[in-house]
Amino acid sequence: MAELYQTQRAMRNMRRAALQRGVIGILDIGTSKIACLVLRFDGTGTFRETDGVGPMAGQVNFRVIGAASTRSRGMRRGEIETMAETERAIRTVVAAAQKLAGVRIDHVIACMSGGRPSSYGLAGETPLAQGKVDDHDVAKVLAACDVPDFGRGREVLHAQPVNFAVDNRSGLADPREHLGNKLFCDMHVLTVDGDAIGNLVHCIRRCDLELAGIASAPYASARASLVEDEQELGAACIDFGGGGTGVSIFVRKHMIFSDHVAIGGNLITQDIAQGLRVSLPVAERLKTLSGGVEATGRDDRDMIDIGGDTGDWEADRRQVSRADVIAIMRPRVEEILEGVRGVLDAAGFDYMPSQQIVLTGGGSQIPGLDGLAARILGPNIRCGRPLRIDGLSHQLTDPSFSSAVGLALFAAHPQDEWWDFETPADAYPARSFKRAYRWFKSNW
Amino acid sequence: MPVVIDHRPGKQQTHDTARPRRDPAPSRLKYRLQRMWLRPLWRRVARIGAPAFLAAMIGGLWLSDEDRRAALTDNIARAVDSVQNREEFQVREMQVEGASPVVERALKAMLPVDLPASSFDIDLPALRLQVMQLDAVDTIDLRVKPGGILSAVVTERQPALLWRHARGIEMLDEDGHRVAGVTSREVRPDLPLVSGEGAEEATPEALQLFDAAGPILPRVRGLVRRGERRWDLVLDQGQRIMLPAQGALVALEAAIAMDRAQDLLARDITVVDLRDPKRPVLRLGIDARNTIRTARGQPPLGPDGRILQDNEG
Repeated sequence: MAELYQTQRAMRNMRRAALQRGVIGILDIGTSKIACLVLRFDGTGTFRETDGVGPMAGQVNFRVIGAASTRSRGMRRGEIETMAETERAIRTVVAAAQKLAGVRIDHVIACMSGGRPSSYGLAGETPLAQGKVDDHDVAKVLAACDVPDFGRGREVLHAQPVNFAVDNRSGLADPREHLGNKLFCDMHVLTVDGDAIGNLVHCIRRCDLELAGIASAPYASARASLVEDEQELGAACIDFGGGGTGVSIFVRKHMIFSDHVAIGGNLITQDIAQGLRVSLPVAERLKTLSGGVEATGRDDRDMIDIGGDTGDWEADRRQVSRADVIAIMRPRVEEILEGVRGVLDAAGFDYMPSQQIVLTGGGSQIPGLDGLAARILGPNIRCGRPLRIDGLSHQLTDPSFSSAVGLALFAAHPQDEWWDFETPADAYPARSFKRAYRWFKSNW
Repeated sequence: MPVVIDHRPGKQQTHDTARPRRDPAPSRLKYRLQRMWLRPLWRRVARIGAPAFLAAMIGGLWLSDEDRRAALTDNIARAVDSVQNREEFQVREMQVEGASPVVERALKAMLPVDLPASSFDIDLPALRLQVMQLDAVDTIDLRVKPGGILSAVVTERQPALLWRHARGIEMLDEDGHRVAGVTSREVRPDLPLVSGEGAEEATPEALQLFDAAGPILPRVRGLVRRGERRWDLVLDQGQRIMLPAQGALVALEAAIAMDRAQDLLARDITVVDLRDPKRPVLRLGIDARNTIRTARGQPPLGPDGRILQDNEG
């Protein structure tokens, strides 16, 4: 874990350097689309009164100066499948956003949607020698968390201290200066497949970009689409993506659980293509323009030209009713929601104080999804759109960009992670002292 | 999608879907070049540096030849000449207004070029400065008027005083500036006369004194500056009114009032000394003093002021 600590710290320093320079790129690499935002940081309050955006959630100190999105290529289930194709897609979107912004971006913050995330809740405790908590004690209690075996090839993406407790006083956000004998902490750790993340890093490096931070996509979209009260009181954010559906649960402004259901919108498209024997682009068009999950009597009479360019007149002239499309989509959407239900049950969402569920991501735009989700997941459902940020054009404010917007918020105000605290001095590996000793011996 | 599809063999259209779609992704090279172009330094070099360098290099190479440089300067000079010698810029005559014939002749002699000449060759400010060195000229307004006329509107200085000094007689204007020299007093009998060192410094005061001397003006011969400090008003018959340095005008008016009241100046008085305004002092003439002395039974005085001895006479 020490190595990870170093790399994450290096990324954090790079993020700070990028903020100093004032320009940072946001790269949301999804299965169906890749979005790139170019943010300019100009200090607090510079853009306060423009565009009707007030000082909401502290996102006022940056402005989007360039944004572009393109069809994703070479991605499958949130992971990179063909490196060269993904690299081309990243180049396309970065070049377009740079052209729009008129500045060059060197540092990007990316998000990782797939990679089989799994989340762990860790607990640690340390005695307080001075009877008072200081920075050093916080670092020590974080280092004292008992780390389970994550498995081979797993990388830690987030390690956020969620809760601190001093003696019997729990629920402290900032335990410093508290008096007591013992400090406890709960930490939420999210691990993903190391190779998947390595591929992503490699892809970004090949585009001459420096990675200044990496976040999990469900986390980012929850930051953008949950309002502050929901984050505080507890809510689940469900991000319907192309390659998979991300679930993250927030309470008291911290993510406490995150998981991934490997069924996404692309599978719905595939179902339509197979069921109606049409090509994938046509199926995608059918899904987005006339998809739905609740069929009504009118939908039986609503005939849709399938179209097509096969050259077969009979095939190209077919018509289907909207009810047919809905009939194909609905079981798959139900399956997704059942999967989400399973994830929420596994996380113990039923025992949370608030049962709010927010649907976001591109898939949440299916008409009638909130009604279906209310039947499967629970009554408190709403479709969430990302928070408004300054300078983002209107066509990029729909729910499918919530993870990009969330990454922008993550870039501006990252939450404390384990690697933001200094390592306790006794945790330094003895090896480095030995090495220093050897260096002195050989050189003096 | 075509409306009617021809299914005959050989006529079937090849469809766009069969052709691989153009990938909009920029190539690696293009991407790198675009990112390089977005660097401010590169932009500046490419947009300003390179063109400036090219222009400087081409210009330098072209100018490195002696003949080309000479040809270039010749061409420039010729172009400038051809513009300056155009008909529209020619000055044909000089009109002088408000100047006496002497001054006008001097003015025309001062013109550095022969008319007609180009107006670019006449340096009006320099000419004006030169003309202003003439004492007789107060102000001059020099301008080239349309129609090729060099107009000079001259205001001459008006002589107000004659100043007699060791080197001759000069006319002064109101401010004490020299206007011209004169050969004798009779040339301008209408002007009042002043003399003494530093008289030209106090011309305004002298003029005021002459104005104030109204009733006795016919008897005034002139003012004499004493010690560059105060005036003496000299009258005929050797009489003299000595005025103080401060408040000379008031003192003179007092003297005139005394004259008017007691007919002072008609008596045998040589000097009225008003240098101390509080205590006027009169110096009597020799006849008056002798009359007083005879009345007192004292021996009379001679014209040199000594007591005449009867036994000697």
